Amino acid sequence: MSSTMGTLRTSTPEAMSRPILGWTLHDSLVIARTTILASFRIPEAMFFQLIQPVIFVLLFAYVFGGAIPIPGAEPGSAADASLYRQYLMPGIFGQTVAFAAAASTVGLAEAMQKGIIDRYRALPMSQSAALIGNTFANAIRQIMVLTVLSITGFIVGWRINDGILNAIYAYLLLLLFAYTVTWVGAFIGLSVPNTETANTAGLVWLFPLTFLSNAFVPLDGLPTVLRAFAAYNPISSLVLSTRELFGNPTGYPPGVEPEYWSLQNPVLYTVISCAVVIGIFAPLAIRKYRSASRR
Amino acid sequence: MAQDDAVHAEGLVKTFGDVKALDGLDLVVPRGQVVGLLGPNGSGKTTTVRILATLLKPTAGQAFVNGYDVTKQSDEVRHSIGLTGQYAAVDEFLTGRENLKMFGDLYHLTPKYVKERSEELLSWFDLVDAADRPAKTYSGGMRRRLDLASSLIAKPSILFLDEPTTGLDPRSRLGLWGVIESLVAEGTTVLLTTQYLEEADKLANDIVVIDHGKVIAHGTAENLKDQIGGDRLEVTLVDPHKMSDAQAALAPIFGSDSLINESNLSGPVSGGSKVLVEAVRALDFAGIEIADLALRRPTLDDVFLSLTGHGAEDETPAPTSSRSRRGRR
Repeated sequence: MSSTMGTLRTSTPEAMSRPILGWTLHDSLVIARTTILASFRIPEAMFFQLIQPVIFVLLFAYVFGGAIPIPGAEPGSAADASLYRQYLMPGIFGQTVAFAAAASTVGLAEAMQKGIIDRYRALPMSQSAALIGNTFANAIRQIMVLTVLSITGFIVGWRINDGILNAIYAYLLLLLFAYTVTWVGAFIGLSVPNTETANTAGLVWLFPLTFLSNAFVPLDGLPTVLRAFAAYNPISSLVLSTRELFGNPTGYPPGVEPEYWSLQNPVLYTVISCAVVIGIFAPLAIRKYRSASRR
Repeated sequence: MAQDDAVHAEGLVKTFGDVKALDGLDLVVPRGQVVGLLGPNGSGKTTTVRILATLLKPTAGQAFVNGYDVTKQSDEVRHSIGLTGQYAAVDEFLTGRENLKMFGDLYHLTPKYVKERSEELLSWFDLVDAADRPAKTYSGGMRRRLDLASSLIAKPSILFLDEPTTGLDPRSRLGLWGVIESLVAEGTTVLLTTQYLEEADKLANDIVVIDHGKVIAHGTAENLKDQIGGDRLEVTLVDPHKMSDAQAALAPIFGSDSLINESNLSGPVSGGSKVLVEAVRALDFAGIEIADLALRRPTLDDVFLSLTGHGAEDETPAPTSSRSRRGRR
């Protein structure tokens, strides 16, 4: 390379014609495609993203499993342990998709710090596409995580007991939830001052949120105030929905109805919660993005 | 007429909280020219570029890029510009070719054009061999080249280069200068910010010196050098501790305008080479050993020192630094 190089010959840039609905979808897909492509180039990150939920499965199934009684079996019996694994897996699914938010937080804080968001913002692309594409890619990545997790579950004795169609609904609900929390994660990622903060800020709210739920223990044991919070925690309704859809133990003895509306209509409550959270956090995140700049 | 210039900014003010990053900055970049925006860290260079690239909204004042208002017609502005920042903002996990494709797609260019243009840019920037390797395996210079190539995918008529060679080794810097010169030869307008005076001297037709968010001088490199007068004498001592003794000894020659730099002492002189002899005598008389003695034309460094009272690469104390500011209000 030197100043003696030839001139650039390509003719005038040829632009594509503008789609009827604008560029948002096109640009979002470009971002999603490259984000997914990039994540395949970091097998280490992918490995740890997959190994973490697997460790949780083994930990809960073999360490805590015996200590948490599930209605319907003699405490401490072999049937109880097997029942707990059936009960546990939807909880792990729920927890795992909730933690998808953290990846989004860190990813966006990094993109901000590296000046990539500045770069996007100086392009004549749709101003919301970078976020839509990013959240979309994050949700897609969860398909792989859920696959690995399902196989692990199968090995420790978890089963799909209520037909393939309901199982598909359960997985779709999990992906919707992953997509939803990713918007919250994106908002946090664009709000924190640097990636170091993003690493903790991305996780800190997820621990109470996932543990104050029915993901690992039935709600009956909780004090009343916490129980009400846990019942209206969308993770509880998500986990209960998937337990029902997979035909796994729900944590309620046969014939006993949950005492809260959110858990009597878990699928409906989950979908409504997702819509509300996206409705709040997507505009907030996009607004942050538009005024964001490298820090 | 504001709309005829590639860049036309008037009275730009930008405040971050109670810090004034820009304080009524005026800037004109005529079409086809290279204007160098020169200033110490925190002087407002990056803030200016960010406003012109539609990344920040000015608190007051107005700016037109390619005739479009940066606040009201930001989409048209973004179509007209290419931006290369201080940090090679390429996706390090994508290959060179994939990066170019991504930017081409986001500029909404046809796949066929993106393909042709990418190949051309890869070979032009000497990245063909590395085109299918992830950018994280690139050297600093290669990343900057890829970054610049990405900015050029849509053939923008105006290019903003924010400290394009900061952190590069001398060889990569020369290479990048060559690229920029070729682009200018093809008619691209360039606004270049730099803290390297040599870079501004080499590339820019016109230099705008800013400090504390204001233009403090403006002209060609020669104009600016002439402003601070003629030749300067530079003395390097064997024993740097004797710097102030030397300053005193040379006072009859320099007057009160001499400057002690890191390793030498310099001051304005007149009278050509005769002054060399006088200086040697004066220092010899004072018993100060000379390591090096040179008479030279003023550099932009001298211009800078005399204009701002501090060197171009000095860190000015926070909080005027626009880059360490969060700049997100």
